[in-house]
Amino acid sequence: METLLSILAAAVRSGTPILYATLGEILTEKAGVMNLGLEGIMLMGALSGFAASLSTGSPWLGLAAAFGVGACLGLIHAFLSVTLGSNQVVCGLAMTMFGGGASALAGRGYIGMTTPGIGAWEIPLVSKLPIAGRMLFSQDVMVYASYVLAVFLMFFLSRTRPGMNLRAAGDNPKAADAMGLPVARIRYLYTIIGAGLVALGGAYMSLVYNKFWAEGMTAGRGWIAVAMVIFAIWNPLRAMLGAYLFGGVEAFQLRLQAAGASVPAPLLMMLPYLMTILVLLFISVGKGRKLSLSAPSALGIPFYREERE
Amino acid sequence: MRLRAEKRIDSPAWMPAVTAALSVLLAFAAGGVFLYAQGVSPFEAYASILKSAFGSGYDLSETAVKALPLAIVSLAVMLCFTMLVWNIGAEGQALVGALAAAAMVRYFPLESKPAMLSLMALAAMLAGGVWAGAAGLLKAKWNVNEIITTLMLNYIAIRLLEYFVYGPWRDPSSLGFPMTSRFIDSARLPALWGTRIHMGIYALFFLTVVMEVLLKRTRFGYEIRVTGDNARAARYAGMDYVRKVAGVMFLSGAIAGFAGMCEVSGLQGRLQAGFSAQYGYTAIIVAWLAHLRPSLSLVIAFLMGALLVGGEALQISMGLPMASASILQGLILFFVLGGEFFQNYRVRLDFSRVGRARRSRGDI
Repeated sequence: METLLSILAAAVRSGTPILYATLGEILTEKAGVMNLGLEGIMLMGALSGFAASLSTGSPWLGLAAAFGVGACLGLIHAFLSVTLGSNQVVCGLAMTMFGGGASALAGRGYIGMTTPGIGAWEIPLVSKLPIAGRMLFSQDVMVYASYVLAVFLMFFLSRTRPGMNLRAAGDNPKAADAMGLPVARIRYLYTIIGAGLVALGGAYMSLVYNKFWAEGMTAGRGWIAVAMVIFAIWNPLRAMLGAYLFGGVEAFQLRLQAAGASVPAPLLMMLPYLMTILVLLFISVGKGRKLSLSAPSALGIPFYREERE
Repeated sequence: MRLRAEKRIDSPAWMPAVTAALSVLLAFAAGGVFLYAQGVSPFEAYASILKSAFGSGYDLSETAVKALPLAIVSLAVMLCFTMLVWNIGAEGQALVGALAAAAMVRYFPLESKPAMLSLMALAAMLAGGVWAGAAGLLKAKWNVNEIITTLMLNYIAIRLLEYFVYGPWRDPSSLGFPMTSRFIDSARLPALWGTRIHMGIYALFFLTVVMEVLLKRTRFGYEIRVTGDNARAARYAGMDYVRKVAGVMFLSGAIAGFAGMCEVSGLQGRLQAGFSAQYGYTAIIVAWLAHLRPSLSLVIAFLMGALLVGGEALQISMGLPMASASILQGLILFFVLGGEFFQNYRVRLDFSRVGRARRSRGDI
């Protein structure tokens, strides 16, 4: 029981970086822009969060720095994909390479350092609940903020005017434009905010989850987040499910490794990636129709006012 | 006054070459600013890259050694990209190709060189092909996003390789290094001209010609181009989408797997952890910069090979992380993408009265 509880709690913790990245990407994709550079943005977020919190002594300023750096990278992606209409897949790959390389270079002086980072803070009363108390409410503030963010985004996307405008820009930019919505400006805005959230996911890795910086420390989590967006069918609440499922497998395999399981470590470390493929297959086969209905129709397609008929 | 972009009706023949050159130049300039901000002298860094890649005959041959797998893998991804199927997993396909080749050496060692090498190549192509073909099949049949599956398969391939070289295949005399024992002589592709360039280079030239003909001159090539342009139209025209996507992915993976076999058989002579140095990702840039033209990719691969050699030189002489070179790769790709816009559009300042009037009405 104790083991199970600790795995559940660890599942939420290791799912949280993915959750931030997934939520950021949902926001961006719903507006019609596909940003595949998550891995690079997360790494830049992890590094800038770590560096800023070391130099200022405040992890909160570290988070702010990570968001800022992520937003700048989002601006680059928005400029290339919205204004210049570049191929968004290739643009995302470029971002992945740039972010990976730039964080490695800029982070070379930070290897081996640690930060106090952000510690756990149990929420009074609810943390005493059975199971849920330990799993959900004995975490850190960033985890609690991610719950709020997921619920808020759900509400924002489905129930508010700006949220509907955002979806219009992603589903039918031509109609949105005819309604007088500034499609380009909307796409810019949510690509920038989305990338900022992605970077927060990276900063969670270096400030909370590990409390150190290492080259390439996200180990494919950015790409897993791209997969989780599809698994979540662009629904922020389902994104929580996907992220924690991934976190659970991660926590489970780490626990097995620590317990000295007879299965070799490299094979255990395959599990999260294998599960990502399986989950994607499962959702594509099972919900293929719902998937194509929920996907933003104009995802990845540039829109030029000049070219409307 | 505002900036306006107009579509170019026709663009001069020199445009693509000039934009490409300008993009690379700008990327190096931006990279220089970044290096400078990091306290690294960009002039020193670039001089070190140039010198290590082109400084002497030996350096040139080492650049070619790096360019060889890059060029082969870029042919592999080109095939998929022509069809707008995104095989980002050439890295993993090359790894499992190398793994399969090493398995042949371990379990079916043959005396005759041609027989051993053919067996290895066959196993490598089959393994790489299946690795990619599986993702292709999932994409074609159930629309499972191939970017994700091929990428996840990269990570899985890395772990698989680690499993074997740390575990059952580890050379007991390797002092704990994660590598297999040296391949037998018949399993080695011979080196040429007293350099480390190996026979794989003939295979590369052959493959380049085959791909050039295949893409431009055959019905198969035409069909994959049509499928890339408009999958629905291709389906109406009676082309079998599922078979085409799965088949092209298989072929692409087979070529990447072959590149992996060339690396272990021609260069390293054994299988070891982390041998591929991200060829799979760099090859994507090569394919894109070459505008998906096989013959052009030979040249671009050589230049990118120079960047990889330069990255190693930066690591050795200036103590910078190997990954620093990928900053430049990313930047080059950014600027090339941006440059494509200026190839298709003319940007100019709009002072016209009409412009002002329309603006004041608020419809711009």
